[in-house]
Amino acid sequence: MEAGAPTGVIGLVATIGRATLGGVAAIGKVANFAGRGIRAAVTPPWYPRQILGQFMAVGFLSLPVVGLTAWFTGAALALNIYSGGDRFNAETVMPQIVALGIARELGPVLAALMLAGRVASAMASEIGAMRATEQVDAMVTLSTDPRRYLIAPRLIAATISLPLLTLIADIIGVAGGMQVSKLLIDLSPSIYIINTIDFLRSWDVESGLIKSAVFGFIIGLMGCYHGDHAQGGARGVGRATTAAMVSSAVLILAADYVLTSIFARL
Amino acid sequence: MTQTPNLAPAKLEWRHVTKRFGANKVLDGLNLSVGKGRSLALLGRSGQGKSVTIKVALGLMRADGGAVLLDGVDVTHLHERERRASFAGIGMLFQGAALFDSLSVWENVGFRLINADGTTRREARDRAIEALALVRLGPEVADRYPAELSGGMQKRVGLARAIVGAPSLLFFDEPTTGLDPITAGAINELIVDKVRSLGCTAVSITHDLTSARMIADDIAMLDHGKIVWHGAAADLDHADHPLVRAFVTGKGDGVE
Repeated sequence: MEAGAPTGVIGLVATIGRATLGGVAAIGKVANFAGRGIRAAVTPPWYPRQILGQFMAVGFLSLPVVGLTAWFTGAALALNIYSGGDRFNAETVMPQIVALGIARELGPVLAALMLAGRVASAMASEIGAMRATEQVDAMVTLSTDPRRYLIAPRLIAATISLPLLTLIADIIGVAGGMQVSKLLIDLSPSIYIINTIDFLRSWDVESGLIKSAVFGFIIGLMGCYHGDHAQGGARGVGRATTAAMVSSAVLILAADYVLTSIFARL
Repeated sequence: MTQTPNLAPAKLEWRHVTKRFGANKVLDGLNLSVGKGRSLALLGRSGQGKSVTIKVALGLMRADGGAVLLDGVDVTHLHERERRASFAGIGMLFQGAALFDSLSVWENVGFRLINADGTTRREARDRAIEALALVRLGPEVADRYPAELSGGMQKRVGLARAIVGAPSLLFFDEPTTGLDPITAGAINELIVDKVRSLGCTAVSITHDLTSARMIADDIAMLDHGKIVWHGAAADLDHADHPLVRAFVTGKGDGVE
């Protein structure tokens, strides 16, 4: 402890105060970064080649992992409904429960968590390494704004790609449930699909896609923010990578609760 | 002792520039100017603020106090957009070349042309290949990636990227660090050749005295955030400042 530092209750209050101020300052920094990033994303100049490249990296290359996750989740959900839901005859509404669970909650959240692991960390490590090797400074001296060239394309790609991935995850998740229901209760795929379509409302899917867009923005923001603020060479880049993934995951789950509670009142 | 090395009007000037990192005062009222068309080498021991001096001039770091003047205009507090526009006439060779890993050699060299000047990719490629020829690299390297090049080739590509827009002011950050003497000599020759042929002003930071003698008209010695000696490169051997003597003789006795 520093000489002359307050002790006892005053010390505790001082510690809480410092932590609070630090937290507020960090939120302010992220909000400022987000605001500048959004402005760069919605105003020209844009770099189409960079944006397309990010759509490829964030969206297309994430398809296998998101698809596999969705299939196993849909299948496991159907299994759970079969094995646990028989106590109240829930297996008869297996298609409906799988569809609702996937479209509203599991599709958006799991696709986002997969993307946080794959993409937020990659963004942070790439931008962090570019900062550590003066590539970001070089970009500035070449009259190019790194916010427009590096940050905006990632924010745009993550925000638009995740809803598209979620839509695909919804379809694959329902297919996973359908295969399990065929196997366990011999429910014909055509009846399963009809039940699913009859039961689902467009809002079930739309609310999931809105959530996905928010989650995608969070992933892009955390990946870019932590990469851009990486300090201390390779170790700093490693820390930024971890921070990007963890903060994305926590914020996704927090945003999920907030958005679900808002949607529940609509 | 600080001497007046030349009477050319100043292209770039640092006036009473200060910069701190926490309790560490890196630049302590730095005063320095580079005449138009002159080549200045900024010497100094490690950690004395050489890179910070250049980064402050480029706006990559904000000075805490003082001013940086480019062609007599205070550029210290320019808006980011205006500052980027002012970079149009500036080229920089970074210590590690700072090439973009994800782009090919010609895309690195033509980066400014494509992304800031709106040049078509085809034209940018042609001009990049011309710039590569100026640093004695053939068109066969144009489609390679930086990771496929040696350190010396990366420096040449970095130099080609710096000169492709025919800048009026060039910065070199430790241009020969990490290179063998033969490659370092070749880079020095290229720097001298390009600075002369473009007729531009150059500022190099280095602690390589051989390099400094070769590429610079004027030399300034930075110590504890201040210029402690500034004179013509030819006068370096006759300087009486103990730090300059230590650099020349390679003996650091009595220098703190």
